Amino acid sequence: MNEDKNEEDEEQEMVEIFVMGKRYEVPEGLTIMTALEYAGYKFTRGCGCRGGFCGACSTVYRTEEDYKLKMDLACQTAVEDGMFLVQLPFMPAVREEYEIEKVDPEEHDNVLLDHYPEVARCVSCNTCTKSCPQDIEVMDYVQAALRGDIERTAELSFDCIQCGLCSIRCPADIKQYHMAQMARRIYSKYEQPDSDELAKRVKEIEEGKYDEEMEELANMAEEELKKRYDERDIVEEG
Amino acid sequence: MEDSYLYYPGCTLKTKAKDYESSAMKVMEELGRPLVEMDDWYCCGAMQSLTEDDIMHQIAPIRTMCCAQEQGEEKVVTLCDMCYNVLKQANERMKENEDDLETMNDFLDEDPDYEGEVEVHHLLEILLEMKDEIEDAVTNSLDDLNIAPYYGCMLLRPDNVAIDETEDPEMMEEILGSLGAEVIENPKRTECCGSYHTVNRSDIVEKRVEDIVSYAVNEGADAIVLSCPLCQFNLDFHQRATEFELPVFYITELIALALGLDIEMENHKIDPISLLEEKGIKE
Amino acid sequence: MNLKKLTRDIDFADKVEELSGQSLNACIQCGTCAAGCPFVEDMDILPERVFKHIILGDIEKVLEHNTMWICAACYTCSVRCPRDIDIAKIMEAVRQIVLRANIDRAEVDEVDNMEELPQLAVVGCFRKETG
Repeated sequence: MNEDKNEEDEEQEMVEIFVMGKRYEVPEGLTIMTALEYAGYKFTRGCGCRGGFCGACSTVYRTEEDYKLKMDLACQTAVEDGMFLVQLPFMPAVREEYEIEKVDPEEHDNVLLDHYPEVARCVSCNTCTKSCPQDIEVMDYVQAALRGDIERTAELSFDCIQCGLCSIRCPADIKQYHMAQMARRIYSKYEQPDSDELAKRVKEIEEGKYDEEMEELANMAEEELKKRYDERDIVEEG
Repeated sequence: MEDSYLYYPGCTLKTKAKDYESSAMKVMEELGRPLVEMDDWYCCGAMQSLTEDDIMHQIAPIRTMCCAQEQGEEKVVTLCDMCYNVLKQANERMKENEDDLETMNDFLDEDPDYEGEVEVHHLLEILLEMKDEIEDAVTNSLDDLNIAPYYGCMLLRPDNVAIDETEDPEMMEEILGSLGAEVIENPKRTECCGSYHTVNRSDIVEKRVEDIVSYAVNEGADAIVLSCPLCQFNLDFHQRATEFELPVFYITELIALALGLDIEMENHKIDPISLLEEKGIKE
Repeated sequence: MNLKKLTRDIDFADKVEELSGQSLNACIQCGTCAAGCPFVEDMDILPERVFKHIILGDIEKVLEHNTMWICAACYTCSVRCPRDIDIAKIMEAVRQIVLRANIDRAEVDEVDNMEELPQLAVVGCFRKETG
């Protein structure tokens, strides 16, 4: 530890956490991820965007007062005093292969069930919904999938970031998140209205409208690129 | 809504048994007692779990009971026989066993708790009550049609959920009578169609279908009528393994036809239209 | 099937009675269950024979035959039993003892006509044949 850090510590309230049973004191207000790094752990896997979008940093924890296990993303959750936690590695889960051209829901009643038959084992226990860090109604979209409602499955699961916590907890071994991704892909291909904006943008790209800018960015020095990124301003097009 | 019924569809009514749902909806609308689908509902599980210690497989039906309770309704109506059986058995278990209800409520985590006050009914019960109204509303009598009712298991067994005499049911006969149809007696009408064996032992189902349909044919039936999407699938689809080609109707399809309502019949494997045209029921 | 794993530590008859809530010794071997069973021709041994094996503690004889898997829980035997034994529940108990040992009867990934089947058939099959 260097001196700067010590000075910081004096101002900071510290909290006590237990990582896989080992006790650490870390500054209050850190996320679980930064707290683990503070404690000396180094992430080589199980860490991605650090912004709550990639779903790589699933964590399981319990607090002193509560008997229930809680699930969350380590990059999005602040440490609490008396937290017992562990990071989850990437969990294996079957992901079915399919050709998007051959899964037209108009022609197949049970296309989701056909690829993910274990959906039929759902007992509506709601454990998936309770474990979702994105607050998605997972059980409801599994039920929608079972009744062949692809649109509802796609809509309800839209915020899914594929962290897989639902399927780890599922007593029926359903792979909710992979199944829902299939539903969203089918929905966007066959049912969602086409976007005029997207077609326009693809045409612009094909016509080379952005070639010059891309070339410029590709050849830019890293420092300059970072500066441009930090200063970027997203404006709505005319 | 005083004059409507809270309707629990079950998963199959939204895909493979759309004909059943749409004909039932039209009939009940016509009779002035529409079916209104529940705001939320969950797949019942299709087969009741029968072990004493198993609460987990009662969760889905009771969650649905909670939804009915939340909508302020005391009565839920199903069309599917399997849904009826599972919802009713699970619900009765909660009514009869306070400990199970407490365990269930602890796990469900719904607010408020399920009180155990909701009642599960099958549409046939409602239709029987409305027999006279149906008779009055018939515009297209099914006079020439010889129909063999088929009940299967789930409406009649076990005893505590039976909606009619377990060994000698009469409900469908009475309802069909009010449509003007000729009722054919089929001694096999309460025997199992083979149920879920259709998934991986279709040979078993084929034997059951052969047995059930051959009796109906020998008694002179033009068609079979029933009220369960799985029985309908088994008797309709698996007849291809037999020498028979007897159309298999949902009872609401026949009522709709007798009331002169226009219905779609897309879920049938064996063509039902030729028979209806031949008998002058459908043009 | 790993019978040893399944039967090593349990008294089979007790377990069946506990799970089913039924009394096996009430059975008088009259055969009414088999007589009314619509599936009996596909069963390796008759239902009342299954009870006999359970009572005698002959677990292998129960588990090596297909009777409990052919039973589709149609409850015909249950409503007809002169001794009021809910036989469907006993068959369920035997199925559950196997399924709870993590031995599935149905292969979820091997349903070959999923597109054709109504959902309730699949749900029902998985309920009865997977654990």
